[in-house]
Amino acid sequence: MSKLEQSLAAGHFTFTGEVGPPKGVDLHHVMEGAAVMKDKVVAINVTDIQTAVMRLGSLAVSAKLVEAGVEPVFQMVCRDRNRLALQSDLLNAYVLGIRNVLAITGDHVVKGDHRDAKPVYDLDSVQLLKAATILESGSDMGKDFKGRPNKLEGAPKFFKGCVVTPCSDMVEAQILKLEKKVAAGAQFCQTQAVYDAAAFEKFMNEVRRRNIQIPIMVGIVVLKGLGMAKYMNENVPGVVVPEPLMKELSETPKDQTKKKAVEVSARLIKQMKPMCQGAHIMPLGWDDTVGQIVDAASA
Amino acid sequence: MIIQKQKAFEDILKSLEGEQKVFLAGCADCAAACKTGGEEELVEMKARLEAAGKSITGTAVFDTACQLGAVRQKAREYEQAIKEADSILVMACGTGAQTIGETLEKKAHIGVDSLFVGQVNRLGKYTERCSTCGQCVLEAFEGICPVTRCAKGLLNGPCGGSKGGKCEIDPEKDCGWVLIYKKMEALGKLDKMRAYQPAKDQGSRHTPRQFTWPKKTPEGIKK
Ligand code: SF4
Ligand code: SF4
Repeated sequence: MSKLEQSLAAGHFTFTGEVGPPKGVDLHHVMEGAAVMKDKVVAINVTDIQTAVMRLGSLAVSAKLVEAGVEPVFQMVCRDRNRLALQSDLLNAYVLGIRNVLAITGDHVVKGDHRDAKPVYDLDSVQLLKAATILESGSDMGKDFKGRPNKLEGAPKFFKGCVVTPCSDMVEAQILKLEKKVAAGAQFCQTQAVYDAAAFEKFMNEVRRRNIQIPIMVGIVVLKGLGMAKYMNENVPGVVVPEPLMKELSETPKDQTKKKAVEVSARLIKQMKPMCQGAHIMPLGWDDTVGQIVDAASA
Repeated sequence: MIIQKQKAFEDILKSLEGEQKVFLAGCADCAAACKTGGEEELVEMKARLEAAGKSITGTAVFDTACQLGAVRQKAREYEQAIKEADSILVMACGTGAQTIGETLEKKAHIGVDSLFVGQVNRLGKYTERCSTCGQCVLEAFEGICPVTRCAKGLLNGPCGGSKGGKCEIDPEKDCGWVLIYKKMEALGKLDKMRAYQPAKDQGSRHTPRQFTWPKKTPEGIKK
């Protein structure tokens, strides 16, 4: 059982962090970032070619974290690999000691720096979760030449996660999809960034009313200032920074930005703590804030 | 219909480099409807090529340039003009160009880009509804195709990129999943959103595709 699974199963309010692999092979920063937050979180997500910007992969960096004694959450997007490669990478992950996987659709290639690439999406995130579940059962998505399910030589076992966007303007559709993700095998969920505790409460009430019982970790992207908050409001679907928070950020002196980011994140987590089972903190490079946020939110 | 647009004239000229005598071929079907290779467009193309110093040995608008037999038959009327030409410039879709190239034993150049199988909203505006996946799942989605109208072809619901009814790839494009959701909601069929949709059998998309009637004529079809 992964530490993440244990922690959630034990009912502890659980923290995860996140690192983004570099564009290139210099592991310095990413390993340093992980080292800085590792004692304050149970596991660290490794993003997978995030926003479709080509870079070092999630699998390699997740394996490096395992080597360094840090527990990773291996993020997998559906954009870049067909079902053969996705299933194979799940097996790869397992033999490399990775136990937490997170299934994500993935931003379209037009959002990134290889806009002329062919997007794959052979599986969607629900089908990817199902594929992982099938692998765990000792089989795979294919068939042998007689049409019978294939047999694996040794089956993997994962703690399988999914994502959801609680502040989407299509939240009902998001919840319907979340139900399918759970049915397909999702055992935990990390959300897209939430800055509105009231909206999150509404979302969580609806989730529990539908009897979706997996642990849900609220997502917090560390707000690095007013500019970023504005950008998110305008450009990131399903992320809403409410007006009072915008005002608070606009009144923050420049040299206090980081302090404010910690304060806001911790406050949000404290507000939402009673509603969910953990928080997933995405520092976007401000790795040193993670520990401070965890401490302030736990105080 | 095969939606298409003409290539840039400079690119067409470049493809004809070193060839003096050209036969022009169009198609009365999709190419005419998209104004790439109907009667009028061939007249226009002839004038432009002549102004660029080419001589046109003849022009023909085929009824359906992708139909082997029809092309072969119609070509007989133009035998001499085709024979005289160094090459044929086909102002029709890629299937039409290859059909003409295979049938007429003459080098065939292509003058259009074939875009997609589409709906004609009006002259000059075309949108994609079906990407001919080979196993139609429209029934499960109240008649709106997620394979084509969702930018990622997702079958089990929207991604997180939908905003204000639009898709993350382009604020001008509707999110296919918002369309599906709204339709199901209006029909009181949101329960259908709950059904797990298995991964598609992509075998029916492996190119080159071909389809042959299993018997001479399938049941229920009168020749
Ligand atoms: S599911 Fe969509 S792409 Fe496939 S045949 Fe039907 S309409 Fe066309
Ligand atoms: S925004 Fe809508 S149409 Fe675009 S990829 Fe996501 S679900 Fe599909």
